Amino acid sequence: MGIEIYIQLFISFFKIGLFGFGGGYAIISLIQHEIEIHGWMTQSEFTDIIAISQMTPGPIGINSATYVGYTASGTILGSVIATFAIVLPSFIIMLTLSRFFFVLQGNKYMEYALLGLRPAVIGLIAAAALVLMNSENFVDYKSIILFGIAFIASFKFKLHPILLIILAGLAGLLLY
Amino acid sequence: MEKTPDVSSRIYWQMFITFVRIGAFTIGGGYAMIPLIQREVVQVRKWMSPKEFIDMLALAQSAPGVIAINTAIFIGYKLKGVRGSIVTALGCALPSFVIILLIAMVFTNFKDNPVVERIFKGIRPAVVALIAAPLYNMAKAAGVTWKTIFIPLIAALLIWGLNISPVWVVVAAIAGGIIVGILRTRNLKKTE
Repeated sequence: MGIEIYIQLFISFFKIGLFGFGGGYAIISLIQHEIEIHGWMTQSEFTDIIAISQMTPGPIGINSATYVGYTASGTILGSVIATFAIVLPSFIIMLTLSRFFFVLQGNKYMEYALLGLRPAVIGLIAAAALVLMNSENFVDYKSIILFGIAFIASFKFKLHPILLIILAGLAGLLLY
Repeated sequence: MEKTPDVSSRIYWQMFITFVRIGAFTIGGGYAMIPLIQREVVQVRKWMSPKEFIDMLALAQSAPGVIAINTAIFIGYKLKGVRGSIVTALGCALPSFVIILLIAMVFTNFKDNPVVERIFKGIRPAVVALIAAPLYNMAKAAGVTWKTIFIPLIAALLIWGLNISPVWVVVAAIAGGIIVGILRTRNLKKTE
């Protein structure tokens, strides 16, 4: 290891910040891909980060960048670089956009781009869920039952994510 | 003759503290942060009008990146230019950065603890459910119909099945949207 890990972290999280349309869950798919091709952590470790992100303050993108930056490099500098890299495209884009705010409002090409982006973002989130449906996260039939209950609790009864995660953790303690 | 450092540094400090508070008190992040940002920025500080806030939000959501950070950057820039945007973005990211860094440092030692492992065995399927559950309503909100459902389906299959980078899917979606938009307006003109 050496300086390369920092360059890789920077490039990966810059890419995530630049192409991460749709916020929150949609960004998960981009982070998953980068983690996988660089072998920075397993998908179940990443699932744990998503759980921790849901229970701590701040956006998922920032949380993931900070966490992956630290574990991939073993240093705080890695954390700083990854977090800086995911925010940097926002600076460039938002500062440019706010300068041309009135030109862009109702700009037809931006409208057209969103026409394709909106449905694609749904696909990105679906892919994130599908990638996480693996044998690391679903170890036996009990995992599948837990998934089913959690899905209904969230979709039908709108159970708060934090409460859901706490209950699932308790269930894990009892079942395993 | 710039001799008002206390006044100008006070506004920077206010901006910083406001966004530290926003970053520190919105658990779960993302859309959960928007109402708090609105309250702090529009009602408490009166840095922008409600209308301005809604317009800005549309822009922050359309742009790539973390939405709360995009919002912070826009507000900071509007108040105090580039320097202001650095102050607000830093404030917004700082609480989660510090908290997650501490967790990362501690959690690596606890990860293999059997009790922690049992807890997370229960949590992992629930996290997958948390991501999957809002999909239906989000698809409806995004205006996906039976005619356009192939777009998210193909996007998901390319990423999940063929391990294609989501970056390419995003690029293709933008290009596709623009091409379809141009063709549609051209056809409209023809029929006129």
